[in-house]
Amino acid sequence: MTEKKIRVLIAKPGLDGHDRGAKVIARALRDDGMEVIYTGLRQTPDMISEAALQEDVDVIGLSILSGAHNALIPQIIRKLKENGQENVLVFLGGIIPETDIQGMLEAGIYKVYGPGTDTRQVCKDIREAVEVKQAE
Amino acid sequence: MSLSKSVREGSRIALSRVLSQVENNTAAGIQALDELFPYTGKAHKIGITGPPGSGKSTLVNALAKQLRLLEGEPSVAIIAVDPTSPFTGGAILGDRVRMLDLHGDPGIFIRSMASRGALGGLSSQTEALSQVFDAAGYDFILIETVGAGQSEVDIVNLAHTTIVVDVPGLGDDIQSIKAGILEIADILVVNKADRPGADQSLRYLKSMIDMGYRPLASSAGKHKLAESLPQTEAAKSDDHSNLWLPPVLKTTAREFVGIEELVTEILKHQEFLKTTGRWQLKEAWTLREIVRKRIEAILVRDFFQQLPEGFLDEMMTKVVSREISPTTVVRELLAYNQTGIKSHFSE
Repeated sequence: MTEKKIRVLIAKPGLDGHDRGAKVIARALRDDGMEVIYTGLRQTPDMISEAALQEDVDVIGLSILSGAHNALIPQIIRKLKENGQENVLVFLGGIIPETDIQGMLEAGIYKVYGPGTDTRQVCKDIREAVEVKQAE
Repeated sequence: MSLSKSVREGSRIALSRVLSQVENNTAAGIQALDELFPYTGKAHKIGITGPPGSGKSTLVNALAKQLRLLEGEPSVAIIAVDPTSPFTGGAILGDRVRMLDLHGDPGIFIRSMASRGALGGLSSQTEALSQVFDAAGYDFILIETVGAGQSEVDIVNLAHTTIVVDVPGLGDDIQSIKAGILEIADILVVNKADRPGADQSLRYLKSMIDMGYRPLASSAGKHKLAESLPQTEAAKSDDHSNLWLPPVLKTTAREFVGIEELVTEILKHQEFLKTTGRWQLKEAWTLREIVRKRIEAILVRDFFQQLPEGFLDEMMTKVVSREISPTTVVRELLAYNQTGIKSHFSE
């Protein structure tokens, strides 16, 4: 029998090659019963929004460790809006300086996670956010 | 405007939403599927199966690119199935990682799918998703199964052409895939052919086919699909020109080697199916399977819904303590639902 599953796209935009964090999160979400579409390294904003559209995901999780978040995030959010996917929740993880976090939230990121985050917290946040979104 | 109409008019976001509704088997999904059905039956559905790590996703990536080069630039949909965890119900769908070359081509649409508990190498809704793509006008639908071992052969009920992917180095132990999967192959591919042992694998597969396919065709009744073969002119004849002997090809999908030849064989197989009447036969078989599976699903669901709460649990406790047997439980449950009599649970 089938049922509604939370679908999450995990992607690494930009050029840094450190995907361990993205994989840990992907694994944690899988173990929490979600369907995780893993797209891998070096994704452009175009590739991310297109994959999110084709896969009809509820959530996008982005991992950035290169410091390019201020450049990449607004582009990704804009692309999603252009595609009519403004309903998709976008989470960000990686190395995001404290001073940039507010800007990320204003750009449309739902939540920002740094090193040492408890993966159970991420799962919980995603479930709650999706529930709220679906109730709207 | 209804979602299914938007799908017909080429809206990619509507297509994506309908795919989700259909995958989740919602009322909207069932309705859309029904509305789209008259527009199905045109796409060539190609199954790609083989053991985990044999390069199925990479082959699909190369294949899709090559198909796009054909005259008229036919559009290509890809359904990539990966396994669902039996413990948590979660899944990691990683096939897109190998399909990055396809980005930016509006004539290609990739959808990942979790198997959600189905065991035949697909999900219970894979067929339904292929219908949506078919109605949306995609010319080719590539369906990549989960990594398959011996018995994940559901793809044969769905695809017009089934490609079985093998790799060098499985050696003589290759039996594990051959017993079940070799039989369903319309085309066999030895992928990663730049590795040592590719020619040996090729020879081995070819000799298996020479041994195996003629008897199968002459005693057509043994094959599920062949059961209805006598209806066609082609099958009445013993002429071997009406036989399809699966070709065996070498590919190195990562380097795009051998892909052009593979597409040629796919088109030959399409031609073969259409000229011998087997195309319609496969369609008839697939549609019959759809009806059978949907009835099964509804009956099973309703059967358990009609039982009073706790009825089954109560009986199962007795089974665990060996007071009654599973057969007894089955008999009691069937009797309950047939007659509507009250169970001894309520006594």
